[in-house]
Amino acid sequence: MDAPVEVDERVEAGGRVLRLSGALTVARAADLEARLAAAAAEPGPLAIDLAAVARVDTVGAFVLHKLLRDRPETEVRGASEAARRLLAQVAAADRPCAVHPPEPPLWRKELEALGAYMVETFATIGAGLAFIGLTVVSLGRTLLSRRNIRWSAVSVQMEQAGVAALGIVGLMSFLIGIVIAQQGYVQLRQFGAEVFVVNLVGRATFRELGVLLTAIMVAGRSASAFAAQIGTMKLTEEVDAMRTLGLDPIEVLVLPRVIALVLMMPLLGFYASILAVAGGGLFTWLVMDVPPASFVQRLNEVIPMSDFWMGMIKAPVFGAIIATIGCFQGLQVVGTAESVGQRTTIAVVQAIFLVIVLDAFFAVFFTAIGWD
Amino acid sequence: MAAPVIEVRSLVTQFGDTRVHDGLDLDVRPGEILGVVGGSGSGKSVLMRAIIGLQPAAAGTIRVFGEEVHAGAHMLSSALTRRWGVLFQGGALFSGLTVAENIQVPLREFLHMPERLMDEIAAYKVAMAALPADAGPKYPAELSGGMKKRAALARALALDPELLFLDEPTAGLDPISAAAFDSLIRTLAQSMALTVFLITHDLDTLHSICDRVAVIADKRIVANAPIDEVRRVDHPWIRDYFSGPRGRAAAGAHHRARVHADEPA
Repeated sequence: MDAPVEVDERVEAGGRVLRLSGALTVARAADLEARLAAAAAEPGPLAIDLAAVARVDTVGAFVLHKLLRDRPETEVRGASEAARRLLAQVAAADRPCAVHPPEPPLWRKELEALGAYMVETFATIGAGLAFIGLTVVSLGRTLLSRRNIRWSAVSVQMEQAGVAALGIVGLMSFLIGIVIAQQGYVQLRQFGAEVFVVNLVGRATFRELGVLLTAIMVAGRSASAFAAQIGTMKLTEEVDAMRTLGLDPIEVLVLPRVIALVLMMPLLGFYASILAVAGGGLFTWLVMDVPPASFVQRLNEVIPMSDFWMGMIKAPVFGAIIATIGCFQGLQVVGTAESVGQRTTIAVVQAIFLVIVLDAFFAVFFTAIGWD
Repeated sequence: MAAPVIEVRSLVTQFGDTRVHDGLDLDVRPGEILGVVGGSGSGKSVLMRAIIGLQPAAAGTIRVFGEEVHAGAHMLSSALTRRWGVLFQGGALFSGLTVAENIQVPLREFLHMPERLMDEIAAYKVAMAALPADAGPKYPAELSGGMKKRAALARALALDPELLFLDEPTAGLDPISAAAFDSLIRTLAQSMALTVFLITHDLDTLHSICDRVAVIADKRIVANAPIDEVRRVDHPWIRDYFSGPRGRAAAGAHHRARVHADEPA
């Protein structure tokens, strides 16, 4: 550790003399500056003697230089060759440099932030629509020109977004099934209607919860993964490299992911519904003494086929939305690692939000066409 | 002779089954600028990463300032990190911070000083690294490649280190900026009494600022001497390197410059 700075002040014939000793280094800079400022507050000629100083670095020299600059009647004595060189070098580097960005007044900052937010929002909506258009055009071109869809990429994505999610989606659905059955049982028992627990579990999961909860889980897993993967590729100029090689990033990166989720979501949603029903079945068997055979028999009676179709119609739409938003946000990344993080967060939030909004539209629509 | 600043003894590093270094020895003496050269993939950057404790060694010892470096530990000893500065190949500036804030990171972390003094130090470091006066509040993404290197150098020098690691400082710079960067390093090293460990491919850099040149080939250091002696070493890679068209051109230019400088006015 550098030796602390000592200041010895005495009055000689020509005026006051400060004898400095210790290390004039970055570690001691704050202390050195305070001591020099205290000694220099008094006017009059001042000499600074550096003969006893052990070590000087650029920060120490800079602090000293500031004093010499601001107080012209100060002179330096006994500086070593190295210290003189440092002082000269620091003096040469002392020119006004901006450190902080200019700070505008608060009202202006707020207004600017609001304006930037509006512009950004509309620009994103425009870019998003353009992106959906590009994706559809790219899909159409791929199909029309009979070029092969990149099935190997599709299958890799299907595995990562679908097969790898089986465990967590299954566990979640199974537990949700148990919770619905248990909560329904507690409420319906008050009317002696606990047998309707089977209706509740079966219809709620196939119509709504199976697919919706799966979509939320997939949005959390895959929209984020897509945004981060593509965003990082954008940062490292891989996307630009693709363009220069004549590859269409939409065709190479986006289409396989969209197709993979469109194919996987119905499968995952159905699987989730079945496991939720199994969870409900386990509860009715253990708590309500309904044997599994009667449970299945009753399911068969109360669930109309339209419930199944509702889930299966919604699922691919949700899949397309999640994949599109993930890829879109990934391609919006610019500049920094921070941007990847922001875009990933936005992707997940937007995907979940849009899935829920669309689910509400679907519910109204299906009721309107008499599926209830 | 003073004790070496960096002392590497029979270093072995490997990735899986691939050996990068096999029994490598290297000394860096205080106050010298050591240029490290070698073919692509010969393990120059890996050697630097091993010395600064980012790459675990399979065998051998590394001492910096007499203290053994234990690579692979989660945190490097702060007694060491305060005494060295590292300039990574891509700059590795923190992208979420401005240039001035990047320079202040080590100051903030290790020292207590008033905010005003910290700003003044950042301002003169910006000037010292020969960055334009308005570079301080800019973010790394807004800088050109050469400015990023200068900003990263300013951050590496923030704590006034005694030892500076530079990984290809002039790669990707135009010849004029590269020459300016070379002379910047030379001046700073002289005035701050720095020891410099410099990885480079740039023959001009080797000629103009390095006191000694270490050549990595065959997984060890095959030569370590002033450049004129290294040129005479009989090793196939060294022959190809210095006698190739670029090697001859750089040596010729340097020789001519020296002759001109020696001529009486």
